[in-house]
Amino acid sequence: MDKNDIIKEENRVYKRPKLLTDNIMHYCPGCSHGVVHKLVAEVVEELGLEEKTIGIAPVGCAVFAYNYIDIDWIEAAHGRAPAIASAVKRLMPDRMVFTYQGDGDLAAIGTCESIHAANRGENIVIIFINNGIYGMTGGQMAPTTLEGMKTSTTPYGRRVDLNGYPLKISPLFAQLDGTCYVTRQSVHTPANTRKTKAALKQAFQNAMNGLGTSVVEVVSTCNSGWKMTPAQANKWMVENMLVQYPLGDLKNTVKK
Amino acid sequence: MKGNEALAHAAIRYGADGYFGYPITPQSEVLETLEELMPWETTGMVVLQAESEVAAINMVYGGAACGKAVFTSSSSPGVSLKQEGISYIAAGELPALIINVMRGGPGLGTIQPSQADYFQATKGGGHGDYRLITLAPSSVQEMADFVGLGFDLAFKYCTPSIILADGIVGQMMEKVVLPPQRPRRTDEEIARQCPWAVTGKPSTRKRNVMTTLELEPSAMEVINNKLQEKYKLIEENEVRFQTYDTDDAEYLVVAFGSIARICQKAIEDAREQGVKIGLLRPITLWPFPKDEIDRLSQKVKGILVVEINAGQMIEDVRLSCHDRVPVYHFGRLGGMIPDPQEVLDAFFNHFPEANKQ
Amino acid sequence: MAKVQGVVVINEERCKGCELCVVACPADVLQLQSMEVNDRGYHYASMVNPEQCIGCASCALVCPDGCIEVYRVINK
Repeated sequence: MDKNDIIKEENRVYKRPKLLTDNIMHYCPGCSHGVVHKLVAEVVEELGLEEKTIGIAPVGCAVFAYNYIDIDWIEAAHGRAPAIASAVKRLMPDRMVFTYQGDGDLAAIGTCESIHAANRGENIVIIFINNGIYGMTGGQMAPTTLEGMKTSTTPYGRRVDLNGYPLKISPLFAQLDGTCYVTRQSVHTPANTRKTKAALKQAFQNAMNGLGTSVVEVVSTCNSGWKMTPAQANKWMVENMLVQYPLGDLKNTVKK
Repeated sequence: MKGNEALAHAAIRYGADGYFGYPITPQSEVLETLEELMPWETTGMVVLQAESEVAAINMVYGGAACGKAVFTSSSSPGVSLKQEGISYIAAGELPALIINVMRGGPGLGTIQPSQADYFQATKGGGHGDYRLITLAPSSVQEMADFVGLGFDLAFKYCTPSIILADGIVGQMMEKVVLPPQRPRRTDEEIARQCPWAVTGKPSTRKRNVMTTLELEPSAMEVINNKLQEKYKLIEENEVRFQTYDTDDAEYLVVAFGSIARICQKAIEDAREQGVKIGLLRPITLWPFPKDEIDRLSQKVKGILVVEINAGQMIEDVRLSCHDRVPVYHFGRLGGMIPDPQEVLDAFFNHFPEANKQ
Repeated sequence: MAKVQGVVVINEERCKGCELCVVACPADVLQLQSMEVNDRGYHYASMVNPEQCIGCASCALVCPDGCIEVYRVINK
């Protein structure tokens, strides 16, 4: 069959989600953010929540998330997204409210807000992009930076005697009674991307069903910050990040 | 009832949508009263004890971004923590009400009353060029009334307003007439009044994004200029003050909040001694009643500014009267409250020629 | 002729040449252009072995910039 005979609406198996805007993302080539944005857009569309979803954008690389997904957004102060989400959800309980936060935003400056929102069991979704580095400000150490990992503020590698240990925050979420679903996923392969989408979908459904806080950690790459090609970064992530941050559900109290 | 309790009652009756706060003396009665009244059962108002003042003010930011009438209260150290969120709310041009029942500082300071957060409230306590509409109540009745006024002004100009009360008004018990109960606004009313509100994007409009970030300098300057134009408009239209016995006054006392009442007693005592002192009580500390002080400074021989701080409002008084007459400050610190006689002693100390006895 | 036949359509101007689709493709269909660049200077991805495409959409799933649409027919 000729190529042009195949490119027809009825034969399409994958298309760009409608909710993604035409704006070219400012992310570096190969950045995991783009994949997760796409998945969020797909999940919102598939659940028919376009008119109900409110995203809370962080400070960090995803600060401009509101330019890419065509829903209402609030851009938070650094780390405060879960506090904002708590208020929005309580004031408008029928809306779908999610935060989208990086490791610095969620696990350093915003630890208080994220832990307490989850502990209150706010019916929100926290999407946590963990790439072990501060991307936007130029590759400084994050709370999740691995031991020995070089960043611009740990140029000789993170030393636990100086900088403490990589913070595994999802297990902290998992032990809180307010969370119903805590999972750690990645988007480095097609199969993992599918799993992350399924996790996001469950999380969004949990929030709409009032089951408590869902946390979806996505172990991600920052190839620019890690100073690797995107493909090398994926490999490095599997060999290093996933050892410290193994994938899978940490908690799921929701019967399927 | 107590001033702090009046705040809570008035907010429910105003039809407020949400309160987010964190306990701190001497204003914890606001949250306590709200929890006791359970407005979520009646008006549907949300009340949430947050994990910190930082979280509370950001909840207010989030609620305000949804077009809701939301407020928070705290006392001085807590309001310092809220400055981050206040700057964002001002930058986002969001209506919100903040209440500071001031205690003595700096640092952890004291739980006793103070007026030492005048600079913080009126000059923009957080980062960036912004202003807060600052209301200074001097009675429990005004605590109740200024909730509605603060919300109304906040929504009129899409900017945060602050009730800058001192611990005396917060803890003082007086009779108060509460406003009638108003219903909370419906979603339709909010959409009409606040077309910018983040409510979930219907297919009929473009997405609403509440952000305070703009990296393009020329665009950020436009945003700043717009804010400054709004502040100018507020300065032109929203100055509020009260005067007592200023018509024939030879001297002027300027004081705000609870200390203005102590000063009122002092000037009455002075009148009995034949000394004509008038009192000007700014109700809005920003916008400041500079024109009225300018006008009065042209007919009095001197001005005494009485504050429960080391001298903050005096700077605005001096700027208002253009060095026309001597301006002195009297205040106590650390939670000490001067009595009328101390005020008069200070007055005669600075203006010995006024003493006719 | 292959039973399953796929075509990927790449928005070349949106592509940033990250190469993740190339790695994800199980059928060695995609490569980055070695010489050509798009308006923003990226060596964009394109089909070099189009006849091998099975329309599995792996490339599209991992594409961070949403540049790829995938079509597939099953020949009877």
